[in-house]
Amino acid sequence: MRTVFKTSYDADINLFRHGAQRGWYILLLVVMLVLPLGVSSFAIGEMTNLLIWSIACMGLMILVGQTGQASLGHAAFLAIGCYANVLLQERLGLPFILSFPLAGLIAGIAGALIARPMTKLHGIYLAIGTLAIAILVDDFIVIAAPLTNGVIGLFAPDIDIFGLSFNRYANPERLYYLILGITLLVVLAYRNLQRSPLGRSFAAIRDSEISAQAMGVNVARTKAVAFGISAGITGLAGALMGHFAGIFNNETFNIIISIQLLLAIVIGGLGTIHGAFFGAAVVALLPQAISMTRDLLNQVLGGGSIAIPGLESAIFGAILIAFILFEPSGIYGRWFKIRTYFELFPFYRRDMFRRQKSYLKTERMR
Amino acid sequence: MDVLQLIVSGLANGCVYGLVAMGFVLIYKATEAVNFAQGDFMMLGAFICLGLTNPQFMGLPFWISVPIAIAAMGAFGYALDLVVLRRMFGQSQVAVIILTIALGFVLRFAAGLIWGHEPISLQTPMAGQYVRFGGLVLGLNELIIILVTVALTVILYFYFNRTKLGVAMQASSQNQLAAYYMGIPVKRIHSLIWALAGMVAAVAGILFASKGSIDPSIGLLGIKAFAAAVIGGFGSLPGALLGGLIVGLLEPFASRYIAAGYSQIMPYLLLFLILVFRPHGILAQVHQKKV
Repeated sequence: MRTVFKTSYDADINLFRHGAQRGWYILLLVVMLVLPLGVSSFAIGEMTNLLIWSIACMGLMILVGQTGQASLGHAAFLAIGCYANVLLQERLGLPFILSFPLAGLIAGIAGALIARPMTKLHGIYLAIGTLAIAILVDDFIVIAAPLTNGVIGLFAPDIDIFGLSFNRYANPERLYYLILGITLLVVLAYRNLQRSPLGRSFAAIRDSEISAQAMGVNVARTKAVAFGISAGITGLAGALMGHFAGIFNNETFNIIISIQLLLAIVIGGLGTIHGAFFGAAVVALLPQAISMTRDLLNQVLGGGSIAIPGLESAIFGAILIAFILFEPSGIYGRWFKIRTYFELFPFYRRDMFRRQKSYLKTERMR
Repeated sequence: MDVLQLIVSGLANGCVYGLVAMGFVLIYKATEAVNFAQGDFMMLGAFICLGLTNPQFMGLPFWISVPIAIAAMGAFGYALDLVVLRRMFGQSQVAVIILTIALGFVLRFAAGLIWGHEPISLQTPMAGQYVRFGGLVLGLNELIIILVTVALTVILYFYFNRTKLGVAMQASSQNQLAAYYMGIPVKRIHSLIWALAGMVAAVAGILFASKGSIDPSIGLLGIKAFAAAVIGGFGSLPGALLGGLIVGLLEPFASRYIAAGYSQIMPYLLLFLILVFRPHGILAQVHQKKV
């Protein structure tokens, strides 16, 4: 077990807790940078998809993990970001480098505006409200067909930055590096947010709204800001998803995607950046893993290729049920426990991370 | 006459929404948890009844398979609480919401495996029969849906307010610890309430199936029923029915008088407005405690 001696006030808010931790993250970055040299272009595409999903998961994580507000409607912000990005490029002729941040901004403003009347709600009411928003945005895309082309959908042009073109098929490595850079920026922004006063007030609201209020946090405004930031980052992910998919319509961002996003961060581990990445890995790689397993089974058993509809979401659901029952703190929580076990080697006790028993009281009588 | 016809079919639809919404409310009222799989419970109930009744499966008489389906769903609800949800005791609401969403995925998959994904219609004795009131032609099934729903609502209302078990259910919801002190077996009460919700869902499913064909994805109707429960006031049984009726009536009139595309968003728009202006629904259950 490493003991960190804090010798300056900055030690509490440093980006890394100690030198070894910094070393590991630099190693991870190096691995990510050299990855395209060693793997096939298919694998690079999958990694790119994973990174895009991680950005979306981080967006939702700020709201759910950091501020403690449930949202079942984040696909709406994916859609807003995606459509805003492509429409700004096609209708106004803006370059990607402008339209991409603007798309995030538009999604963020939309999120903050929507959140403003909903900050009165919490718990399930908030979940339902956001669910309604996801459905409304889906239908709105169909209604606004002259702009959004309705159910037929839109084509996303290739990303073009100062003459450099990024295409998923023509040059997957370039797209991978671009998205890796964006992911890195988002992680840095997230990390900085966590250690800023705003991030602290998010955590205060998550842990207890009443005590946050007593500490002088403006709960309604902070929640709206959290919604805005979360929607903004999700919007960025949506813009990238649009470019990655190439073609999209209202169905691309349906209610199932919102739910999957929420499930992903729960599987990954709520409240941590690691959790966003682990969850994204599960969501992004599960379909491939299932189809590979199926191919393998078919080879071994010699059967034809049988497609079972709904298998993917069923396996996803089963994994999720197992996690909520047996490891509510997600993949990251499990990893943390294993790490602690080895750090403290002979002294780890089973009840170290035991949850406290609690009893529910009704929300209806306050 | 046209308007009356729309009203009756809207009411019949609304009753199904109301019944599913009531399942939400039952569980919410007693365990403070929200069961997002309620729509899938309804689907499962409908399919169990269909599997027992339809000739290509078991071919039992309709009036025998209905009670079996209801009992099976009750047992399913009880077992589900016993095996899965009891472990969630005392955890946050959001965890339960996510758990039940995942459960919905699994149920939909299981139903698809057993009964296939093609729409099938339940063969009921009421199908295709009509009742004439003057110039008005009403489907017998629609009338039965309305009657059954009203009867069930009244029974549940009295159950919660007059019987010992019903009051115990309310008590265990309001304060679990205090309910323990009063000698209420809170965990068994929770299992019973899940059983009850399963049974109500089975009734809703059978009624829904009597109106048209069903497939495993009808569970998504749960979202609309959810909207209904919130519009009426989450935590209030009459409110759930009221909300269901409002949504049910809103739909046919919206699709008739408002341009296509706009009409199907009306329930959600109403939900959104209710959440903004009257967050706890029309028949609110929230009482501010006086200091």
